[in-house]
Amino acid sequence: MSATAGSIASQGSARGSGGGRPARWARTVRFYLPAVIVFVGGLVLWELLVGVANIRAFIFPKPTAILAALQANWGQGTYALAPSAQATLVEAVGGLAIGTIAGVVVAFATARWVTARAALLPLAVAANAIPIIAFAPLMNNWFGVLSPLSKMMMAAILVFFPVMANVTRGLVQVEPAALELMRSYAATEWTVLRKVRIPNALPFFFTALRLAATLSLIGAIVGEYFGGASLVLGRIIVQSASALRFDVTWAAIVLGAATGIVFYLVIVIIERAVMPWHGSLRGSDS
Amino acid sequence: MTVSDKPVVQLQGVDKVFGGGDQPATTALEGIDLAIRSGEFVSLIGPSGCGKSTLLRIIGDLISPSRGTVVVNGKPADRARRDRDYGMVFQAPVLFEWRTVEDNVKLPLEIQGAGSAKRTARAKEMLELVELGDFLGHYPYQLSGGMQQRVAIARALAFEPAILLMDEPFGALDEMTRERMNSEVLRIWERTGTTVIFVTHSIPEAVFLSSRVVVMSARPGRITKVIDVDLPRPRNEDTRETRRYFELVTEVREALRRRRGGDNADEAPPDTDIGGLGSVDRTMAEGAVG
Repeated sequence: MSATAGSIASQGSARGSGGGRPARWARTVRFYLPAVIVFVGGLVLWELLVGVANIRAFIFPKPTAILAALQANWGQGTYALAPSAQATLVEAVGGLAIGTIAGVVVAFATARWVTARAALLPLAVAANAIPIIAFAPLMNNWFGVLSPLSKMMMAAILVFFPVMANVTRGLVQVEPAALELMRSYAATEWTVLRKVRIPNALPFFFTALRLAATLSLIGAIVGEYFGGASLVLGRIIVQSASALRFDVTWAAIVLGAATGIVFYLVIVIIERAVMPWHGSLRGSDS
Repeated sequence: MTVSDKPVVQLQGVDKVFGGGDQPATTALEGIDLAIRSGEFVSLIGPSGCGKSTLLRIIGDLISPSRGTVVVNGKPADRARRDRDYGMVFQAPVLFEWRTVEDNVKLPLEIQGAGSAKRTARAKEMLELVELGDFLGHYPYQLSGGMQQRVAIARALAFEPAILLMDEPFGALDEMTRERMNSEVLRIWERTGTTVIFVTHSIPEAVFLSSRVVVMSARPGRITKVIDVDLPRPRNEDTRETRRYFELVTEVREALRRRRGGDNADEAPPDTDIGGLGSVDRTMAEGAVG
């Protein structure tokens, strides 16, 4: 008798705990559903309008035509998209790495020495105000038109400022009471840096990195506009457009956007793994 | 809880002046003489701007006095700080959000260079002392305000400091939680025998906890009266209903009302928690001079 009661109870609790999962799943679906509907609806509308209004393909190709171009030019040919996206991604990742390292190094210097802050910050702000396009011919000249390094430098310039500014803020904006606490422990400046300032700067760093992931791709593609190896997204966009193959242009743009989104998501995944404690991942505003 | 005659903290002629130079100077503290014996529980109470938090920070060598001497455990305050004689608890818990409860309590031990086994054992012991033994793996955001402040107390006690300095530790808590935390602090103090210096706005809190209440006045901050609290120990919730308790609360209140020299009796009344109801909104007003 008691055994039966026990098994009923355990069944009940199993159903109870299982009941939580569909609810959460449903919440997720409900959260993303509007975006998905708008996206898919937009594509269908685009497809229909282009057909009904009889817009010519080189002005506004149908989504299906873009998809077809994507398929047709995926692996090989003059407009081989997959290897181009890969090459551009390598440039973006390289630029992200260079810009991030430089940004972090300068951030540490500016956070540590007031003199460095006074000397470097105005220069960085001024450099950040120059349109990125202005640098492209210079980078091509310095690092070689065909070398991926010139595109990496373009991406690095774009990435540098947000990383530097955010990490500096994270290192400097520490709760005063936390510093008093460390002082009461007679902690050295080095210990404060390792145990307070760096962890405090991590959320700032990842905020910058998410932004920088997208920026690095923009920097690389803009660099490619001004010349580069033929199999990169920027060159494909320029060349297919001048050959009036706008379906390929669109396909390259779509692929560039998709690459950027994946890049961004990878950063978000790393962020979650590194900072499971952080407020932004719990949906609170702390 | 054995109170010896040997002073663990000895302040002589301490002044603190903020500003100066091209800024107007503010005298935060003037002529502070105070001796605190080992094992005592001393509260500093007074209106906003009386310099009680400044005084606490001078004892803890977080700021230096403009004049006078501070001797702690027979040595200058900065030596005492470097010898890690202090545990600090602030109004905010100041827990590091990237560390679990256990790792927050271990932090001072890490800095001290204690071994890993000792750190683990000590953190567990301290968290059990504040009755959070089941929350070792939690992150601060998963705890209530009162629980976070208990973690801060456990952390402050982690390397067995000679002196526990508490700066309005329960000022941000609601009255019920505050009273529970008061009993908790007394229990911990009775168990550990640490000397406690406790800054507060609340008269009932000061009387309930302390061996002595140091009453201060503002502008400039001075000690106006030191009241011995002779309520029997151990104290508990019933203590708050005894006649002697009410008499002492009245005595502290009257001491707070009486201004030194009596020349500025028209000024705003002391910004102090007279009745024992929440002082939450006022506590932020303390600022740098508080």
